Amino acid sequence: MDPQLAAAFERLPEYLAWHVLLSVSALALGLAISLPLAVAAARRPRLRWPALASASLIQTIPSLALLALFYPLLLALAALSESLFGRGFSALGFLPSLLALTLYSVLPILRNGVAGITGVDPAIVEAADGVGMTPRQKLLQVELPLAAPVIMAGVRTAAVWTIGAATLATPVGQTSLGNYIFAGLQTENWVSVLFGCAASAVLALTADQLIGLVETGVRRRRRAFVVAGAVGLVAGAAVAMAPLVTRLEGGRSYVVGAKNFSEQYILAELMAVRLERAGAAVRRKEDLGSAVAYRALAAGEIDVYVDYSGTLWTAVLGRSDNPGRKAVLDQLTAELARRDGVRVLGSLGFENAYAFAMRPDRARALGVASLDDLARVAPRLTLGTDVEFLSRPEWKAVEAAYGLRFRNSRSFQPTFMYRALGSGDADVISAFSSDGRIAADRLVVLSDPRGAIPPYDAVILVSPKAAGDRRLVETLTPLVGSISVEAMRAANLLVDRDTAKMTPAQAAGTLERR
Amino acid sequence: MAVPAIRLSDVALRYPNGVSALEDIDLEVAPGEFVALVGGSGSGKTSLLKTVNGLVRPATGQVAVFGEGVASTPPHVLRRRIGYVFQDIGLFPHLTVAENIAITPKLLGWDPARRAARAAELLELVALPADVGGRPPAALSGGQRQRVGVARALAAEPRLMLMDEPFGALDPVTRDALGGEYRALHERLGLTTLMVTHDMTEAVLLADRIVVLQSGRILGDGRPAALLDASAHPHVRDLLEAPRRQAERLRQRLGA
Ligand SMILES: Nc1ncnc2c1ncn2[C@@H]1O[C@H](COP(=O)(O)OP(=O)(O)OP(=O)(O)O)[C@@H](O)[C@H]1O
Ligand SMILES: [Mg+2]
Repeated sequence: MDPQLAAAFERLPEYLAWHVLLSVSALALGLAISLPLAVAAARRPRLRWPALASASLIQTIPSLALLALFYPLLLALAALSESLFGRGFSALGFLPSLLALTLYSVLPILRNGVAGITGVDPAIVEAADGVGMTPRQKLLQVELPLAAPVIMAGVRTAAVWTIGAATLATPVGQTSLGNYIFAGLQTENWVSVLFGCAASAVLALTADQLIGLVETGVRRRRRAFVVAGAVGLVAGAAVAMAPLVTRLEGGRSYVVGAKNFSEQYILAELMAVRLERAGAAVRRKEDLGSAVAYRALAAGEIDVYVDYSGTLWTAVLGRSDNPGRKAVLDQLTAELARRDGVRVLGSLGFENAYAFAMRPDRARALGVASLDDLARVAPRLTLGTDVEFLSRPEWKAVEAAYGLRFRNSRSFQPTFMYRALGSGDADVISAFSSDGRIAADRLVVLSDPRGAIPPYDAVILVSPKAAGDRRLVETLTPLVGSISVEAMRAANLLVDRDTAKMTPAQAAGTLERR
Repeated sequence: MAVPAIRLSDVALRYPNGVSALEDIDLEVAPGEFVALVGGSGSGKTSLLKTVNGLVRPATGQVAVFGEGVASTPPHVLRRRIGYVFQDIGLFPHLTVAENIAITPKLLGWDPARRAARAAELLELVALPADVGGRPPAALSGGQRQRVGVARALAAEPRLMLMDEPFGALDPVTRDALGGEYRALHERLGLTTLMVTHDMTEAVLLADRIVVLQSGRILGDGRPAALLDASAHPHVRDLLEAPRRQAERLRQRLGA
């Protein structure tokens, strides 16, 4: 089998298990909220419009944004709970995903619930009163059974939506089938992207058909259909979630985090494999946003990941000066330990700095070799960046130091940023110095004579919780100083290149072997 | 004097849309009495029946059933004691015929065996074959459904029966037979019956007493013969004479 495909299959049990657990929990919670709400709204017309309107409003929020919005909200709540009860909770991963997906599942169930209940023949509702039912008996014995087919149709819609949207849980740190899609998008591994789409589609279709069977059974009053559908759903969910149970029994496991680009996946694999070889159970939490990753580490939601000194310098310490590579690293080590109890294990040996890069022909034609040169011609050029660069302090520093003003700027996923440079959609890009594509495409990296860009040594960070964990520290310390920028570029290129692509795990293997 | 089975004093009923369905209703029905309620379409017959078992609440006036105020009795307790046959039957489509019949006994906590026996007994009483019990209501004819409606009302052995055109969809022969059988049952069980009908012949033949409604008011109230009296409202007399006029014409046409 194709190695990309084999790697995808290998991860299926874990991704599927989380995806199913997340979808099932969100649907169950959604039902628990929307059914009573539907009953109340059906009884009181005055409640109906506000309930349906707010559910529709939630639906108009892009799913990814809804998921992202729950993170700061929960972070605030966790801090509040920490100060009130001395106990916080994880604002990352399962909880925000669950809440956002639950909200998403409310509308179809609520809408169909109201339609189903108000749609019951009034003569039959009156007969229920007439034979002496209490309001509760009327609801449970007459209205809900008669509305059941319509409600089931709503549940079916909600299930398909939820399973689809659950792929978006990946960026907030919840493993799901979306990991295939997000990781694949970053590394241009289309096999992985397609695999993720197909897996989530097959899951949604299966759930749809099984719930459809229950719905048909309810509609035609065929108990066998209902039982078959329900058994299929329960058994399927149980089998899919089984890997999580065995994991829970496995004792202490480490969580290795990664941000959302190839180098991060490779380094996470490198660390994970080492830990596994040392006999530890390891979970991977990939595709974390840049700001999210550090906070997750400080909160102990991940145990270890690789970040870059300049990023921490500006984003965490809020510094804009540049005292030099060694000073930055030393002060970081002291400050992070003091502020958050985070341990800086050491630098891996290479830098991944922001680097303004241009196509050689274009740079030569415009006579640009440094950022000073660039400032002269910038008003005629288009800047291509990744999605977060323009809002980062590094950009503000460079912009101020050189007075850079571009004709316009466009943001891309990192992979597409290089494409844009190649195609002329961007003249300059905010590249990364360890990126294999710089060498492969022979890009010109502009020099920074004013030292506006801080150093970006790749450092291993360990959470406060794991800072004293000897096995972890001893297993990972040998990596310090072991990776040159050339080695990292080569490994990155193996994953990013268009042909004969490797998986991050394979590329990590090449780093290990050196 | 014994407590009346039904007592309405000074009742007025207005629907939320402003329609005034009943005005100045004063009516007493003695235990054991069989009263027919007649009147044109929209005259308020169904409204009056629903007022008695609390399905609608009057704007003013008092309603009492066997001396208990309807407004002060929990509705489900009251209704389980009263048999009600709906004008549009209202069988539960998701239950079998037998389950429909035994619904009030079930609510009262009868055990399944007793409910099944009761359903079978009532199916026989309304002249339906026993196998009908397992079918859904949708698999019955209109007349058969109407008889199930009557059986359901009788199931929990009520003392008071409120019937809204219970035999409307039946063929004349079944209608006649079932009407007669119901009257016999009424005697045997000592029921009190308030029955809405459009058929004056049926009213005259079955009822002890006829109440005539028009535009939500009682226009006439008495034994059938008394309503033919000169003192009765001309419209009431007209109504009561209708069966006789028809019988006259029938005799002429059929030449008997
Ligand atoms: N739920 C309701 N809301 C508003 N108006 C109603 C309602 N039910 C009945 N009415 C009105 O109240 C009046 C009395 O209706 P009711 O059903 O009591 O008449 P009825 O004598 O039973 O007529 P029919 O012989 O056609 O069954 C009518 O004018 C009717 O339109
Ligand atoms: Mg009526």
